[in-house]
This record gives sequence, C-alpha cells and structure tokens, in this order.
Amino acid sequence: MNWFTALQLALRALSRNKTRAMLTALGVVIGVGSVIAMLGIGSGAQQRIAAQLESMGTNSLVIRPGSVTRGGVRTGAGGITTLTRADADAIAELPDVLAVAPSVNDTVQARYRGVNWGTAIEGITPDYAMVRSWPLAEGEFISRSHVLGAGHVCVLGQTVTHELFGLRSPLGESIVIKGMACRVIGVLTEKGATAWGSDQDDTIFAPITTVQRKLKGITHIERIELLAVDREASFRLLKEIKELLRRRHRIPEDQPDDFRIYNRAELAQASEESARVFTWLLGSIASVSLLVGGIGIMNIMLVSVTERTREIGIRMALGARRRDILWQFLLEALVLSTAGGVLGILFGLGGALAVARFSELPVSVTPVSVLVAFLFAALVGVFFGLHPARKASRLRPIEALRYE
Amino acid sequence: MNAPLLQIENLHKAYMLDGVTIQALRGISLTVDQGEFLAIMGPSGSGKSTLMYILGCLDVADSGSYRLRGQDVTRMNADQLAALRNREIGFVFQNFNLLPRTSALENVETPLIYAGVNKAERRQQARRALERMGLGERLYHLPNQLSGGQAQRVAIARALVTQPSLLLADEPTGNVDSATSADIMRLLDELNREDGLTIVLITHEPEVAEHAGRRLVLRDGHLEAQA
Repeated sequence: MNWFTALQLALRALSRNKTRAMLTALGVVIGVGSVIAMLGIGSGAQQRIAAQLESMGTNSLVIRPGSVTRGGVRTGAGGITTLTRADADAIAELPDVLAVAPSVNDTVQARYRGVNWGTAIEGITPDYAMVRSWPLAEGEFISRSHVLGAGHVCVLGQTVTHELFGLRSPLGESIVIKGMACRVIGVLTEKGATAWGSDQDDTIFAPITTVQRKLKGITHIERIELLAVDREASFRLLKEIKELLRRRHRIPEDQPDDFRIYNRAELAQASEESARVFTWLLGSIASVSLLVGGIGIMNIMLVSVTERTREIGIRMALGARRRDILWQFLLEALVLSTAGGVLGILFGLGGALAVARFSELPVSVTPVSVLVAFLFAALVGVFFGLHPARKASRLRPIEALRYE
Repeated sequence: MNAPLLQIENLHKAYMLDGVTIQALRGISLTVDQGEFLAIMGPSGSGKSTLMYILGCLDVADSGSYRLRGQDVTRMNADQLAALRNREIGFVFQNFNLLPRTSALENVETPLIYAGVNKAERRQQARRALERMGLGERLYHLPNQLSGGQAQRVAIARALVTQPSLLLADEPTGNVDSATSADIMRLLDELNREDGLTIVLITHEPEVAEHAGRRLVLRDGHLEAQA
C-alpha cells in the first residue's frame, strides 16, 4: 500500500466523522495557536528590552568613586576625590576601549529671561555623545577647545529646552546658571527615561572643565563612562581597569578599591535573560495546551480503534498487514495534528497581530517559531497517535472480527 | 484437474472461554481438491467457526499441519498470513462484514489496495466484479442502502475480486430470506460449475448443504462423512 493510498484512506475515514475530526483538531489548533501567539508576544517583549538596552549602551562600563574609611567614618559612595581625568586618559589607552567619557555633575537652577528651571548639569567631554550614543537634534556638541578653554557654552536636553524656551529654538541664546552666563550651542535629541525612571533629557551639558572649576570648584571627576569594543571586551575590561586604577592610585594590596566599576553588560545580560525566561514561560504554558490537544487526539483515536475493531478485523481478513493498519491509524492522527497545526499557525498569527494592534505590545512571530510549532504539532500527532495505532495493529484477526 | 488445494492433517485447536479450556478441534484431517464444492455442517458449538478461521488463515492451529496450495501455513508469520489471505482466500460471512459507510465499489476495491494494485486498475476490476454480480447499478450505494441479498453479493464480489483459489463461505445465507438464499446458492453453484472455483461452505442448514458435492459433519471436534 503506497503513501498516497494510505493518506486517502485516512482522509476518507476522518471525513466520515467530520464533527469529531474537527473538534479533535481544535485542541491542536488552540495549542499551536497559543504557542505561536505567546512566543510572538514574548519575543516582541524581548526585542523591545534589547532595543532599550541598546539605547543605554550595552557595552558600556561606569566607574564611580568608592567609599573610604577615615578614622572609622565611612564616606558614602562618591566621597572620594581620587578619580581624575588623568585616570580617564589612562583608561582610554587600554586596547579594548572604544571611547571614554569622564564627567562631573551638579544640580542647578537655570534661568532664561523670566523663566527658571531646576535641573541637573553635567560636565562632559566631546566623546560623551559617542559613549552614550546620543545624537544632536540641532546645533553642535561640546568640542575639544571648549573643554580646553572651560568655555561658557552648553548643550541642552529636550526637557530643559521645553521648560526654558517652549517652542522657540534656544540656539545662540544665553542661559544663566549660578550667575554664569552660558551660550546654548546645541540641543540633543530626546533620549527618554532611564530604566530606573529618571528623565535623561532633563539635563544641561557643559564642558567638564567649566563645571569643575566654575560651578563646583573641584579638580577630581565623579564618573567615568566608557565604551568597550564589544560585550566580551567589557567583561575583560572590568579586571584590567581595576588593576590599572589600583596601580595609579597606589592602593596597597590589603586595602579595598577606592572606586567602583559597574558593568552595563551585566545588567543587559540579566534583563535579556529575564526576557528570555519570560518567553519560555509563556511558551511552556502554551505548550501545555498543545499537550492537552495531543491527549485529545489519543483519546479520540483510542475510541476510534475500539469502535472500528470489526472494521480492522475485516481489513485483516481481506489481507491488510499489521503495518497497513498501523499506518492507517497513525496517518489519521497525523492528519488531525498537522491540519490542526496549520490552522493553529493561522490563528496564532491572527491572535498575535490582534494583540499587537490593540495593546501596543510589540509582537514578533519568527519563521522559526512557526516551523517549530508545526513540527511540534506533527510530533504530538505521532506521539499520541502511535499508541492507539499499535493497539489497532496488534489486534488478532479473529477477535477483531468477532467483536460486537 | 484434481490436485489437492488444501491438506489438513491431525489438526488440534483449543481455546479459553471464561477461564474454561475448550477443545474445539480434536484431530481433524481433510483434503479439498481444486474445483471441489464442500459443505461442512454441524450444530452450533461444534467448532465450525474455529475450523473456518483456521482454514481462512485468520487463526493458527495448536498442532497438526495445514498446507494450502503446497505452502506450509503453520510456519507463516502474521504478515505472510495476511498476504496469503489476500491472494488465495475470499471470505463470505454470515453478516456480510462490509466496511460501514463505505460504498460498494470501495468495499470491493479494499483487497486490491492491500494487493498493491494501482487506483485505475482497482476501480476497473472492482467495477467488473460488481457488474458480474448484477450490481452495476449499485456501485456507489452504501451498505445500509443495500438489501441483504445485495449486500451478500457485494461481499461475494469483494471475495472474488483478487481471484482467490478458495472461497470460504460461513453461513452465507444465514441473514437473508429464503428466496434470496436460493439466489445466493444458485450463484455459488454457478461459480463452482462454470469457473471451477473451489468453495468450502459452512452451514447448519441441510437444504443449503445440498448444493455441495461433498458434505462433512463436524461433531465434538471430529469430522465425519455425513451419514
């Protein structure tokens, strides 16, 4: 008996009980559909998180001054003044480093004509834009010569711009910060909130030297953010920078670091990991319904084998071999599960699109997940169809024929 | 041509029924020649059905030998028995045993499917077999749309479509009225006389057994010539 004939027999047998066949396949439809939809929602969320992390700079490290104990009193984080621009320059020499952005910050009251706004000011160098991958909306960025000359210039974030200037362009205007007039030379694009909810656009950027000398009266720096060439390099750098800074700060072996290094890549990994877990979770919950669909197939196939015991006996009397009977019932289960799989994929795609449309959650259904769901459905058919089919094929002809 | 088609020697068969061992066949020897029309009679419970299942290769004996067209059936595995049933034996049952919800044509085609005949050939042979039984107008009828006589003729067409060497008929007239019964027996007579078909008929009705050239009675697991 060839494949095509066997398939025809299976289709004919199923078509004799259409309602039952459809209800049985429905279990698989729902199972596959929910797997597709859930994986789509999960990987959509994963992609959104990845995009957010990308905008934060996932290969970046942040170095902040640590705490130190002086006569029993431990200062808080940032209580140390040993971190300098020279450290930043030394770090920039490391081969795994792409760019380094030292910075200091302060909170200030900025004033433009009659309007004033309490905000943060960040003293930076030209590489800051690259390290944070933060492009300009208009104007120009802080330049090397601005930093060298501690120039009275600034670049504004979107929030500050709106608060002080409304809809006008601030370019060329002067704002006053702590009595110091600062010419606005550029406006940054909108960056949005950090993962922790603080508004990154509510910041004024000025040359690092200007903030150090004219606003804070300090010579150390408060933060170094740097970009590694890739994610692996960022893990190597953790160790390299630690050694470099300990050497430069002449810290004895038995003393703790006077700085802290935070690895964004670690955070990124953690977030991506949790997104992946989330996807798996959704996927496995949906798989349970596929499993239930498979059990439905087994159930119906077992009923079918019992109901058709006499038919099996007749077929055996007419010359059907055991494997002919096995294939007949296995193919019926396979047809049910794969037809359910195809319909399920369509419903899953539809469901995912509907979710994307009404909830604004990003949804991404990949061809791989469709293929996997389909193969899984076929596998369910084989797995749950095999037992009833074997049962049918092992009936003894005379017992099957005598069955009432 | 009178070569033996079927040779049975000292066949024994016991089976368990509700925990009790029943000795159904206790040493049966039988030779059926090609072209013979044999009737096996016997009261119910005499082991007629058991003998029929063994003759039909649906069951195997506990001991003894069975050769069908020179082939040793007792040594065959399940697949070989299936192939043998398909090729050499046509069954006609008391309750017709047509596949339910399956047209007459598809019913007759079924043995050809297992013989590996292609679809076009299958259709043609099945159609011809049904036309020979006078059912050319009933090709697409389902079993429940056929009368008892028609259903049994579909079953006979199905049994003969593979051109077997032996037709095994188990109470073929048991479920039809006497007029239809006469029709069916006339048909079997004709197949035996004109086509030289070997027929083994199992029945408990003496008037049906009358059609056979030789009559044997199965009593307490032994086969005896009819007195």
